[in-house]
Amino acid sequence: MNIVVCIKRCAATSAAIKVAADGKSIDPTGVEFELNPYDEFAVEQALLTREAAGGGEVTVVTLGSPDSVKELRDCLARGVDKAVLLKHTGDTDAFSTATMLATWLAEQKPDVVFMGKQAVDRDNSQVPQRVATILGYGCISEVKKLEFREGTFTAERDIEGGREVVECRVPAVISTNKGLNEPRYANLKGIMAAKKKPLAELDASPVAPALVVAAMQPPPSRPAGRVLGEGAGAVPALIDALKNEIKIL
Amino acid sequence: MPTNLVVLAEARAGRLKRPSLEAISAALDLAGGAGGDVIALVVGNDLAAATEELARSGAKRVVAVESAALANYSGDGYCRAVLEALPALDAKAVLMAHTAMGKDLAPRIAAALETGLVSDAIALHCEGGQLGATKPVYAGKAYVKCTAATMPFMATLRPNNFEVKGSGSAEVTKSAPSFGVDELKALVKEVVAGASGSVPLQEAKVIVAGGRGLKEAEQFGLVEKLAEAFGPGVAAVGASRAVVDAGWRPHREQIGQTGKVVSPPLYIACGISGAIQHLAGMSTSKCIVAINKDPDAPIFKIADYGIVGDVFEVLPALTEAIRAATAH
Ligand SMILES: Cc1cc2nc3c(=O)[nH]c(=O)nc-3n(C[C@H](O)[C@H](O)[C@H](O)COP(=O)(O)OP(=O)(O)OC[C@H]3O[C@@H](n4cnc5c(N)ncnc54)[C@H](O)[C@@H]3O)c2cc1C
Ligand SMILES: Nc1ncnc2c1ncn2[C@@H]1O[C@H](COP(=O)(O)O)[C@@H](O)[C@H]1O
Repeated sequence: MNIVVCIKRCAATSAAIKVAADGKSIDPTGVEFELNPYDEFAVEQALLTREAAGGGEVTVVTLGSPDSVKELRDCLARGVDKAVLLKHTGDTDAFSTATMLATWLAEQKPDVVFMGKQAVDRDNSQVPQRVATILGYGCISEVKKLEFREGTFTAERDIEGGREVVECRVPAVISTNKGLNEPRYANLKGIMAAKKKPLAELDASPVAPALVVAAMQPPPSRPAGRVLGEGAGAVPALIDALKNEIKIL
Repeated sequence: MPTNLVVLAEARAGRLKRPSLEAISAALDLAGGAGGDVIALVVGNDLAAATEELARSGAKRVVAVESAALANYSGDGYCRAVLEALPALDAKAVLMAHTAMGKDLAPRIAAALETGLVSDAIALHCEGGQLGATKPVYAGKAYVKCTAATMPFMATLRPNNFEVKGSGSAEVTKSAPSFGVDELKALVKEVVAGASGSVPLQEAKVIVAGGRGLKEAEQFGLVEKLAEAFGPGVAAVGASRAVVDAGWRPHREQIGQTGKVVSPPLYIACGISGAIQHLAGMSTSKCIVAINKDPDAPIFKIADYGIVGDVFEVLPALTEAIRAATAH
């Protein structure tokens, strides 16, 4: 089985975010970057799928700056077979990212592409569905449970007030949600082995984004709240506020 | 130049979803500056009730694409149905709610139309004839304002962020898709409903969320009881990641950066510290109440109302008081 997993290097979820002087991007000073948390589930599912298929190859790919080599190596250390960096600097959006990734994927003809459900920088949830649409692949997004039998994926995904059971034949793009699996981490042996695994660097043929960032701002601050008191004694004051200020009761 | 604003309305099992009405109201506001008509496009089966409600929503026209093949949501089926209907609608913008369906469907349509899409938008703009939207990024730690360089402009809108206010009576047209269910790549085999009587998190008026301060899974009953006290169909239960990872609650209840993003009129955080990743999922709630025994817990920094106290003492008292206040 030819398996590809797409990953992205993102600001750590614990990072404080400051707007840069250009007023359009974040100031990276002091911000730690790491593998997008949802992509950990994608990498794990790629490895599990290879193991279940009893063979095949897992390739990890990212579109980004050479800094992403660190995250690619992390994936190799977890057990991925080879890595590809599609070098690209400058602005991207989901449209341009998906278009550039799909161009490379179309040449690889993978049976399945695993991606995270969302990159925690721009919080889009777009690239997997876009890539599938461009490639003409089937797609199941935000998957929490997955089985593969005789060329067909059966997946479960949450919807409002319930869940859906979806079937899709390969070739397919699957985006992974938390709960799908327990990601393994790299051990020392894996880290050593990763150094000998292939990591190719290619130039992506650049595509201009479809959205232009006009401005980035810190979120509006919430008006200062009030501590109403201590313990159960404060409950009447809260009821009063919900009735008369918020008018929700 | 295309002129109309098309809203992709969502019906599940024939019922119109409220966030679709919010999207129509947002489109009406946008049309105020950008011009054009608001057209509601709905795909599914048994759409009589949904189209009737849409006809009264303020949209100028309602277009229903109906087929037994579309009874269940299918990403590629609904995408194809929308792509067949769109060319006749002269759309300069295509809007949808940022629901499970909107998240899955809108990017497919955007890819097919080779255009941009602002996901999870909380405001729409038209400046100098240019359409755009504002959305939270980095889990709400910053907001970006984007403008469209390609047509049509597309956005999915965060539920509970746009007021429903339209009214009117629209002309309804019906059509059928050209394809059958056997042509689709992925198919929904089954829709499993959650526990009966439970309110979906994203649609709840009130969310009562519990964290590690509840000490053990069994004590989560206190959170459930408070939610029930608001009456049937009003409140849903949420959880922090700490209690989901501990196995006390299912992941579908997790609120935060790696859980659900919610913005209810009222969010009550019980025994939750307010870690940055939790705030990411609830900081746009209209009113936030925090109950925590640590007066320095970060959750108090974003709470509108705080009670410093023990959840085991405060929750039963609050539950009683809410019950009394909502009883008629
Ligand atoms: C990549 C990543 C993603 C994450 N995603 C999420 C996410 O989506 N959602 C999320 O919630 N977290 C997420 N987290 C975890 C987050 O950092 C916190 O660890 C988590 O939110 C803490 O949960 P908590 O508030 O329940 O527990 P704690 O931080 O342990 O807080 C418990 C609180 O309860 C209070 N308390 C204790 N006893 C009582 C009592 N008797 N009465 C009243 N108060 C009491 C304490 O004062 C404390 O403030 C993520 C972390 C990472 C690294
Ligand atoms: N630059 C990128 N390179 C490789 N994969 C990406 C990139 N951006 C997004 N993805 C994949 O698409 C998923 C969803 O991202 P997004 O649509 O940006 O929220 C991520 O979890 C990744 O798996």
